[in-house]
This record gives sequence, structure tokens and C-alpha cells, in this order.
Amino acid sequence: MGAALKLAAPSPEVVIAPRAGQRALLRFITCGSVDDGKSTLIGRILYEAGAVFDDHLEALDRDSQKFGTNGKALDFALLVDGLAAEREQGITIDVAYRYFSTPKRHFIVADTPGHEQYTRNMATGASTADLAILLVDARKGLLPQTRRHAFIVASMGVKQVIVAINKMDLVGYDEAVFRAIEADFRATVASLGFTGITCIPVSARAGDNLTEASPAMPWYRGSALLPLLETIDVAPREAPDTAFALPVQWVNRPNAEFRGFSGTIASGRVTKGDVIQALPSGRESRIARIVTADGDLESASAGQAVTLVLEDEIDLSRGDLIAAASGARAGVRPRVRQNLEARLIVTGEKRVEPGAEFFLKLGTTLVQATVTGLRHAIDIETYASVPARGLDLNGIGVVSLRLDRQLGVMDYATNATLGGFILIDRLSNETSAFGFVLPDTSVVVQENEPAGALGRVLLRLIGPEGSAERRERLTRASWRLASALAVGGVVGLASGQGGAALLAGLADLVLRPLARAAHDAIWARVIERRDAALTLDGGGI
Amino acid sequence: MSTMTHLQRLEAEAIFILREVAATAEKPVLLYSIGKDSAVLLHLAMKAFYPGKLPFPLLHVDTGWKFREMISFRDETVKRLGLDLLVHTNQEGVKAGIGPISHGSQLHTDVMKTQGLKQALDLYGFDAAFGGARRDEEKSRAKERVFSLRSPDHRWDPKNQRPEPWSLYNTRKRQGESFRVFPLSNWTEADVWAYVAEENIPVVPLYFAKPRPVVARSGSLIMRDDERLTLAPGERVEMRKVRFRTLGCYPLTGAIESDAETLDGIIAEMNASRASERQGRLIDHDGAASMEAKKQEGYF
Repeated sequence: MGAALKLAAPSPEVVIAPRAGQRALLRFITCGSVDDGKSTLIGRILYEAGAVFDDHLEALDRDSQKFGTNGKALDFALLVDGLAAEREQGITIDVAYRYFSTPKRHFIVADTPGHEQYTRNMATGASTADLAILLVDARKGLLPQTRRHAFIVASMGVKQVIVAINKMDLVGYDEAVFRAIEADFRATVASLGFTGITCIPVSARAGDNLTEASPAMPWYRGSALLPLLETIDVAPREAPDTAFALPVQWVNRPNAEFRGFSGTIASGRVTKGDVIQALPSGRESRIARIVTADGDLESASAGQAVTLVLEDEIDLSRGDLIAAASGARAGVRPRVRQNLEARLIVTGEKRVEPGAEFFLKLGTTLVQATVTGLRHAIDIETYASVPARGLDLNGIGVVSLRLDRQLGVMDYATNATLGGFILIDRLSNETSAFGFVLPDTSVVVQENEPAGALGRVLLRLIGPEGSAERRERLTRASWRLASALAVGGVVGLASGQGGAALLAGLADLVLRPLARAAHDAIWARVIERRDAALTLDGGGI
Repeated sequence: MSTMTHLQRLEAEAIFILREVAATAEKPVLLYSIGKDSAVLLHLAMKAFYPGKLPFPLLHVDTGWKFREMISFRDETVKRLGLDLLVHTNQEGVKAGIGPISHGSQLHTDVMKTQGLKQALDLYGFDAAFGGARRDEEKSRAKERVFSLRSPDHRWDPKNQRPEPWSLYNTRKRQGESFRVFPLSNWTEADVWAYVAEENIPVVPLYFAKPRPVVARSGSLIMRDDERLTLAPGERVEMRKVRFRTLGCYPLTGAIESDAETLDGIIAEMNASRASERQGRLIDHDGAASMEAKKQEGYF
């Protein structure tokens, strides 16, 4: 099987000539529930593509005897499960990256864990993938974990999925089983926005439909998996019509004559002479030079690492954006924000809830962020919005964040580099969440303020229109008022004295929040002390 | 959107990582081990900070058993590029007379490489060290992060690694912790050679085939680089046309018989080979999952 493919990794620039417009490199991820056979599938594809060296094959043979779950036959999963703990437990814990080539394409595969507690590693693999292979066990059909993974893959921006319905050999290669799962999957993910879904019946262990059409399933007319991976067109992850933006990464000033701003272009294209704007300051200048070690460039575009020299000495440092000036060219420009609406996938132990503080890293900027509101959590199996007070590890939800300074951002759907961020726990430094900037649903303070100082004060107190902050604050205020009225009413009725009613109402209005604040502060102190103790032990975090 | 080639993408990614460390670490260093991966890493670093100089020194942990041609190549490179090179050797190991022949590969590697490296990092107080390791080299390296956090005693905890979505690296660390950073994580051996050819990067001549004095010993061809390699009864030195696919301590590095005298020859040979790059590295085979164990103890 796959004899034509059994050649060693060809040298990149010589052999591989993708057809026009097709990318020479495809990054993909494999995911699915535990024991769906992901690692076996990847190991098998590596083997069939000739990417397994003889000495590794000998080691695999030894390992298969020792740890294998496939009798005495080769257990391909052991090719990718590289950590000792993984081999002992027979599961994948961490994402493993594998590299192989066929005459048509280079591939980078992220083999990701199926277990729920390792969801963050799966999301990591998906963050840079062009395509996802979702494995489904033909005997089990869609599992909760399949729905979780489909959702996370879609959240991370992957548009193209291949559903490999595996272990077809164990259901007698039955077309009806395949069709039922396919229909179920398409219906389930209808709301997730995938632009391409291809379902393939396979058997990773027996090798059916991996490199060539399987004689066991003549009813399947589509392409086998590897030929499909070699030819499938993947749309770029980024929107095509974005304006130029570069996050300043490093200020390069070797001497008094040279001051350059180094960074990787995050979106759009820049040409010498373009008018640019520094964000968030808004100061303008022009591009004097686009410097690289291979000589100056006339223009450069997204993905290139360059050093920009400006015509004017404007104040710029790491974390600022150099972006196309407004009106310079059509295209979506970064917007400057101090409040963000964002979807989060929680990846750490620290609970994400209103009031929680984190470092936020986006592009090359590190700022402090406070969670000001939690709109809702998302039930990852039904995809429904559900009310929640906080988000814990692996939880997904939509929050409002307030930053300690302004930031140039884009929507994640428009540009992952300027719209994807991480939250970092300030105590443990662990990565607490992956974040995705959402389009502004609310009108932002500085762009549409009600006239007058009173309006501004009021707006600051209650938050921008439609925001989660405003809703939360208004809800809280109205509850306080209702509670005070009720207490006043009860006291008034019982005592028959208006004065006592007023006093009781006022006391409720003032004393209860004070008591609550004191209670919360004591708890916060206790929790902080416990965290600090854990930190000193180095355990638990 | 962009018409960058595969190698241009890899180059841009590595430059991004190099700059990210320079901007966030207090005292970075580039671990220079003289081989082809180090050569590519150094070349990328020169590009990343052009027209400025490297904002960090190079560190070579010298075990005292490197090929002589490696040391002369190292010194020429430093001179040619005007670099700041620190060389560290574990003096305790030297005093104890530790060597690969007398003490075996495991003890030698631990004392002279791993302990030597940790000593040097502590001595200078480096909080980030670049290495040229690639994920395609070895199974446990396939699970390694680009920014790999190490505890104050340099240990790697493979079960508790930070996720690295997109190209966003969490560079926060506590006092005493440090990072090992791998800008070539996503490169393969083929990419490295293609890049060496495309960019005309000088590499140690030992990678090219020529007649060299070798001894056949337990299935490997060991070059007799100096008289410290003593011969067992029945062993003899013969001139054979050989080259090296990777370079380490000479008594621990197996040569391969080859006619590849040029870069094209090397690339063609690699494409036809059915053996992995590190097959000639005796230290990888010291025990099951042995690279993982070495890495946990602080090896690169």
C-alpha cells in the first residue's frame, strides 16, 4: 500500500512545485476523543509517507513489543507519543509537532490530546492550523468530546475540517454507519461557520483510505486522506482586505545615526513613502526605509520580519503599532481600545470572574486587564449561551475587559495576530486563558459621548451602552434599591412609623454593601495567603 | 496574501523569536555548539538585529573532546563576525579526569555538558538561552515548547508546559527561573541544509566527505582526532572517506561513509538516507526515553 509514496522526505525547494496559488506548506491538526486513534492515524501516515527512518522503525518495533496495544504488530501511536508518561499510559498528553513531506507538499501536523483536561494543548495546535482532521470512532458516533473539539477548532479560526470516521473495519465497512455519522456531524456543526467539511471513512489500523482508495469500501467515491491533504485548497486565515500594521517588537538603534523599529508585519502591505500612524498615540510619519539584512525593500507584506525607519523622530516603543494612516488606503485598520469584548478559553487554574486581574499579552504588548463583566458562558457541547458567575479551566465564555492603557486591536476573525491574546496570572505566571477580540457591539466611550460633563460622569458610572458592565451595574443598582425599599416597607408596616421605615431602608442601602465588601475582602485575603503558600511550596500551580 | 517561500516563513518565524527574547529577557545568551544548527541560528540572529550587533554573547560549553576542526571553525567564526564568545569548561570534571572513553558517554555527557552548561548559566546569570534544537530531531523534543521554562535548578517539567497559541509567547518568569528558547523548533534537517545552501552559510568542514582516520568500534566509525583515543587489541586506524551528519564529542560521534563533498551531495545523500540524523549520536541511545530524562536534568 502506498508504495509510490515510500520515499524519504524530498528536499524542499527542488521537488515541491505546488500549482499556482496553492500553498507549499499545510499545517494541520488531528483531534478527537480519547481512543479514536489519532496517534495511530498520524503514525501510520508518517510511515506511509516514508517519513519514518529505519532506526526509528526498529525502535518502534521494540517499543511495540513493550508498550504496544496492537498485539505484536507495530503500534504506530508510539511514533508520536514521545513522553515516557504518554507511553506508559497509552494516551497523548501534550501536543506533538511532526514534519513530513510528499512530492506535492510540506506538512506540519499537530497531534493533540483527546482528554478533556488537556484541551488547552488541543487549542494550541489549532491556533496555527489551516485544517483540522476530526476523528470519530465509527462504533460510537459523535461524542461530547467531538462536539467540544469542533467548537474549539472553529473558535481558533480553522475553517476547513476533514472528518475521518475511523475504525470502519470494526463496523463491517458499513456505508449506512458512515452516512449516519456524516449527517449527524453536518447538522451538529451547522452554526460553527466551517467553509469546508469533507467526511472520509477510514481504518487507521488497517490502512484503509489513508493513501489510496480502499477496496473494502467501493461505495466511497471520494479521495483517500493523504491525496486529499496534498491537494486541498485552504483559504488564508486572515481577511484579505486589511490595512498595514506592524507591532513594534524591538527598537534597533546601534548608533546615533540609525533608529529602526523591528517587527513582523501582522497585516496588510507597506511601501516606502507610505504615510503611517503610530498607535495608540496617533502621531503620523512616513516610511523612509524598509530595512532587512538582505538589503532594503521597496515594499513588504504580512509575515515578513523587517525593520522600519521613519522620516520623523516620533515617540514609539515596543508594544506600539505602526499602522497605515487613516484614509491612506482601503482596508480594515486596527482600532484603539481600552475596553474589549472577548471570547475566552480558560487554560489555567485561576478562575476568570468579574473583578479578576491579569496581564494581557496581545501582539508585542503586555498590559494589565481587569475582567469587568461576564456576559455568559458557552456550553461547549450544545453551543448554547448559559449564565455563569465565573469560568474555570476549559470553560469558554464572553467577557468584558478593561485595560490599564489603550491598545491597537483588530477582531480575531479579521486578524489573529492583532485579535488573539493570552491572559497571564499575575501570581503564578501561568497562561490563564486564550482570548479572541470580538467586534464592538457597544459604542465606545471616547467615540460617542453624550454631551456635557454630567453625561460623561454618568457614562463612566454605568458603563457604555449595551456593554456587560452597564447591564451588570444597572442590575446591581436596581436590586439594591428594591432591597432597600422592601426592608423599609417591612419595617414601616411593622412599626407604623415612616421615620423608622426610612432609617431602615437607608441602613440597608448603606450597611449591607459595606458588610459584603468586608466579607469579600476577608475571603480575598485568605485565598491570597493560600495561593502564596502554594507558590512557596512550588506545588499545585 | 503573501508569497513567501517555506524557508522565508521559517526564517521570519525564527527572527521573531530571537527579537522577542532580546526584548523581554534581562540577560540572554546564545548557546553555540558549532554545528550546522548553531551556524543557522547564528546567521538568523545576525539578520534579526541587523544593522545592529548581536545584543547577547555566545556561549560554548566545551567538553574538551570536540573535534579540533570544530574549535578552529568556532574561533574563525567569532573573529569573522566580531562576536563576543564565552567558553566554559567544567573544571571539576577536568580535575576528576572525566572523559567519554574512561567514564562512558552517560557520565561524561552529564558532567561535562549538562553540569557544565548549568554552571555557566549560573555563573553569568543568564535568564534566557537560545538553542538550535529542532522538534524533528527526537520524540521528546517534538513535545518541547519554543519558550521552555526551566526551574531555578534548570529542570524541565514536560507535563506542565505552558501552552503557546499563535506566536504569542508567555515570557513571564519568577526570580531564578529561566527559559531555553528554540527558534529552529519548526525546522527539519532538510530545511537546515536547504537554508545553508540558499544563504551560503559557512559550516564546519567535517560535514563534507574526505578521507579521515577512523576506527570501527561497536558498529560505529569513530574518528581518531587525537592520540587520546587509544586502540583496543585488534583495532586499527584506517583511512576512509567519511563525513558526519551531526557533530558532538568526537569519541561519541559516528561517521558515515560518504562521497558527498558538496552541499548538493549532502542534500542528495540525506534524501536517499533511511537512517535518522541522530543515529550516529551514541548518547541518544543510553536508555529508553533517554533524551527526555537528560532534558529533565537540564540538558538542552
